Amino acid sequence: MNQYTKIVNNGVDINALIAAREALTEAPEAAQFQWRATCNWVNGTHSHSEVEQFFGLGEDQCHKRCFKFDADHPEVFSAEDNGATPVEYVLVGLASCLTAGVATIAQHRNIQLNSVTATVMGDMDLQGILGIDSDVRNGYQSILVHFNVDADASQEEIEALVAQSQKRSAVFDIVTNPTRVAVETNQ
Amino acid sequence: MNVLMGSGRPRKVATVVIGAGHCGLAMSYCLSQRAIDHVVLERGEVANSWRRERWDSLRLLTPNWQTSLPGFGYRGSDPDGFMSMPEVISFIDRYATTIAAPVETGVCVTAVQPRDGGYRVDTTAGCWLCRTLVIASGAFNKPVMPRVSTAIPSNLLSLTTQQYRNPEQLPQGGVLIVGGSATGLQLADEIHRSGRPVSLSVGEHVRMPRCYRGRDIFWWMDKIGVSDQRYDEVDDLRRVRGVPSPQLVGTADKRTLNLNGLASNGVKVVGRLMEVRDHCAQFSGALSNVCKLADLKMNRLLDSIDQWAEANGLNGTERAGPEFQSTRVDECPALNLDLSSGEIKTVIWATGYRPDYSWLQVPVLDRKGNLRHDGGVVDAPGIYVMGLPFMRRRKSSFIYGAEEDAVDLSDHLVDYLHGSYRSSLVQVV
Repeated sequence: MNQYTKIVNNGVDINALIAAREALTEAPEAAQFQWRATCNWVNGTHSHSEVEQFFGLGEDQCHKRCFKFDADHPEVFSAEDNGATPVEYVLVGLASCLTAGVATIAQHRNIQLNSVTATVMGDMDLQGILGIDSDVRNGYQSILVHFNVDADASQEEIEALVAQSQKRSAVFDIVTNPTRVAVETNQ
Repeated sequence: MNVLMGSGRPRKVATVVIGAGHCGLAMSYCLSQRAIDHVVLERGEVANSWRRERWDSLRLLTPNWQTSLPGFGYRGSDPDGFMSMPEVISFIDRYATTIAAPVETGVCVTAVQPRDGGYRVDTTAGCWLCRTLVIASGAFNKPVMPRVSTAIPSNLLSLTTQQYRNPEQLPQGGVLIVGGSATGLQLADEIHRSGRPVSLSVGEHVRMPRCYRGRDIFWWMDKIGVSDQRYDEVDDLRRVRGVPSPQLVGTADKRTLNLNGLASNGVKVVGRLMEVRDHCAQFSGALSNVCKLADLKMNRLLDSIDQWAEANGLNGTERAGPEFQSTRVDECPALNLDLSSGEIKTVIWATGYRPDYSWLQVPVLDRKGNLRHDGGVVDAPGIYVMGLPFMRRRKSSFIYGAEEDAVDLSDHLVDYLHGSYRSSLVQVV
């Protein structure tokens, strides 16, 4: 344990998070959130998505501004490459979720972070989505996340941070475990 | 309202203890010492769950020298051994006789309600009125079945660990065991040895070597104070109360039971069972992380032991053996298992137990159905509970953990009966 009280600042308001955890333990209905995005087709494989509103704490909430995302396929797919591919957005989601977790847990454990870089690689066999081989799945065969963490902590403490971040990560759960997905159309 | 089966006038007593297992008897001993008039009501026989609801090969996880109850310890010739179920039953039976506990067997409690500043306890053999009540009916009454269990194809044999006795009970063919606690690993080991191929589905788990630096791991946990850690000293009580039992087995050769050993014997280790879709079991892809978490946690425990050893003049560490190696996870652990191919014949749910409070008509349960209590002092005047995981101390759910809990809670109970109820038990001990 620490011999003295370190002042650690990773920019995470841990007391607010702990207070929120306690409040939501008492009021589980306020913990019911819904995240939303809308996506408009532009042309070809190019689409334009926006994220602005979500629901939580019993009412509609709004981001500070509307965030916009272009998705497309690269030129090797004979597309215009107007944005990252959807599968790359999944990698972005995974890496940013785990990274946010590392910062939060480090703050909670009184560990000062100096730098954190996550490199994510997802291996995909295109024979799946192209329908060439029905034994090959559409999605990633596997994903590797490599964390490079510089922190005032031992190797074991850093490994524990990264492991705990996976344990608490929403996107890690979404990617590693099945989720029921319903897709509907208008009349 | 209950119709009285045993009829007759209600009997009055200061304290009713529900359950004559090790916890109820430990409490009975402490109440007798404090001259509290009480009765112990037991639905079956003394040590009923140990007699009827455990598998044949089960032995205690704690060594014999550690297996003790207030005023009663192990006196056999094998202090480093581990009691089999017949030995546990005999130990608890002899305890009940030795302390002359006022046990009424074959009496099932059907309802407990508040009555006149105390409680009315309806049973299959009449009614009791008491001022205080001790719930010692155990933490392992009902098997917990995950929601996904309902989706298992109906032609497979689906068993809880309460129903499992031995491998011969199972059809030939593959077995999927769900759960990575001591139970899940012990069953995986013996069922795989019986010639039935085993897939073991593992979520978060607790890994420990049986021995470290020449001593049993429980000896160390006592020494370094981990077993005595109190419920009001931990950060996240809800979390520690939900931690599964450590992956251990009590055998004469004191071997370590872990995922590496099982996997090298041919058990297929897969991630947590998440869904069954189109007769196909789907396992979590997070297996390597839950193994990593368990490895890190085991090493933190061993680090604490090393620190204690060093402070007491013993240097170094002893983590060279195979029982300390990092858990090896397949590069591509199976994410799916077809349950309709005929490969798997049996599914065993080693997914834990929960207490049964269906008879308790006092508003003391939270929305998850758990008792609201502060270290065993239930959130209703004069009601106490015993034997829940990490109830007052980390060792609360072990046999040898009953003594200190019973002493603390019986002191509190006496104060309550004498009208000098103090609001916080912490001040008492």
